[in-house]
Amino acid sequence: MTQTPPALIGPVVHDAVVPARAPWLHTLTRGQTLRIIDLEGNQAVDFLIYNAADDAERYSAQDTIAAQGNIFLREGSVLLSNEGAPMMTVLSTAVAYHDTIGGACSCESNTLRYGHHTKSQHACVENFLIANARQGRGKRDMVSNINWFMNVPVEADGTLGIVDGISAPGLYVDLRAEMDVTVVVSNCPQINNPCNGFNPTPVRMIVADAAGASLVS
Amino acid sequence: MSAPNTADPSGARDHARAMAGTKVEAMPTVPATGAAHLPPGVAASEMIWDETLAAGGYASRQINRGARLRLTDLYGDACASLLLFNAERPVERLNIADTLKVQWNGYLGAGRLLLSDMGRVMASLLEDTAGTHDAFCGASNPASNARRFGDGFNHGAHPSARDRFSLGVAKFGLGRKDIHPCLNLFKGVRIGAGGETTAQIGPFPPGRHVTLRAEMDLIVVIANCPHVLDPRPDYSVTPLRASAWRGPVTPVDDPVRNATPEGLRAFLNVEDYFRR
Repeated sequence: MTQTPPALIGPVVHDAVVPARAPWLHTLTRGQTLRIIDLEGNQAVDFLIYNAADDAERYSAQDTIAAQGNIFLREGSVLLSNEGAPMMTVLSTAVAYHDTIGGACSCESNTLRYGHHTKSQHACVENFLIANARQGRGKRDMVSNINWFMNVPVEADGTLGIVDGISAPGLYVDLRAEMDVTVVVSNCPQINNPCNGFNPTPVRMIVADAAGASLVS
Repeated sequence: MSAPNTADPSGARDHARAMAGTKVEAMPTVPATGAAHLPPGVAASEMIWDETLAAGGYASRQINRGARLRLTDLYGDACASLLLFNAERPVERLNIADTLKVQWNGYLGAGRLLLSDMGRVMASLLEDTAGTHDAFCGASNPASNARRFGDGFNHGAHPSARDRFSLGVAKFGLGRKDIHPCLNLFKGVRIGAGGETTAQIGPFPPGRHVTLRAEMDLIVVIANCPHVLDPRPDYSVTPLRASAWRGPVTPVDDPVRNATPEGLRAFLNVEDYFRR
């Protein structure tokens, strides 16, 4: 865990602020680094990864958990596909751990968790569906995801839940693409649990391209 | 014994027909009403599926709303990896994250529900004499089996759960994108204070079983391959029996339906879906 973000390797090729509640989709080439900055603190960033050349290969929480023997994503975690291939690596993060078991909020699961009055509220699956639709993906492409900056502990008897976050303003996670990947983000709009501190806020996305860096330091 | 005459079609036909009636352990009983091992209290006439899955085998099957499905770990070393789809509209499928999050617990057992990605209950866990299940670690794949056993080819001695799923879903017109995160029955994973996984691999006493009740028409896909965290160097898994029989749709006073407010809403949503 590193409190101060390290220097990004290579020139910045993309720098965007994702507004609160919004989706974001971007393709990274192998070797590029994506830095996600939790600008205002405790903002869950729901995250899907697809192989850019074959989107039936995608991030798998279960494969990742099984391979690393741990449910939490930390510095050094390798994010594996449903076919066991490394897609991205957590190079560095200022947060002790991130979640990959909590899934993405949806209008439908909100009706179970909070009541039918929440069905009309915006949700992460809505963001994923509308962002993916532009590239021809649909509901079959809604699979397991990562929740950067979200805290889901599991107690000894299996009790689990989304609880108060352990992130803070300005904290970050750096991810290196291990293959060409399309990443889809939902800047989580949830207001019924503490994953966003009950107040969805913007996050920043910076992409650096190591291929543009000098090989001689 | 002389070599069979298969030099002409008639001889080949006689040779093929002479095989009928052969019994092996891993096979379906057709019709299922002929099942040799009826679950207690179940009439033979109510049986809709009876099949023993080989070690490393798989099956996919439609069972309708109200049906009961019992999976029996015959020898104590089965690992039943499970996918579930709404048979009417398979784009609705089991969602492991929602199943855990909505029920505020990571360990499934009797009285728990399996939830779809559409906020509906797909199945209820009515009985569980095993208590060791895993919603975290998913399916083996050809690469993970190759690392452990030397090869992971589907056509070889160490097929993976993922390849078995690929075949199971293909029989219903589904493909790679439809293989969702799975539930592993009979092999368990527990989570430690630091998030670490601890596998419960056994082997266990023979005859442990789990009984599911279908709360919508389901396509059930089952792979019976070694758990991905099984540390044993050999491909260790034993046959699994699937037994299903007809049953009534869950009544409104059912205790599993009414056990929690979240679960009740999952039943209300599936009941609403069938209000047509």
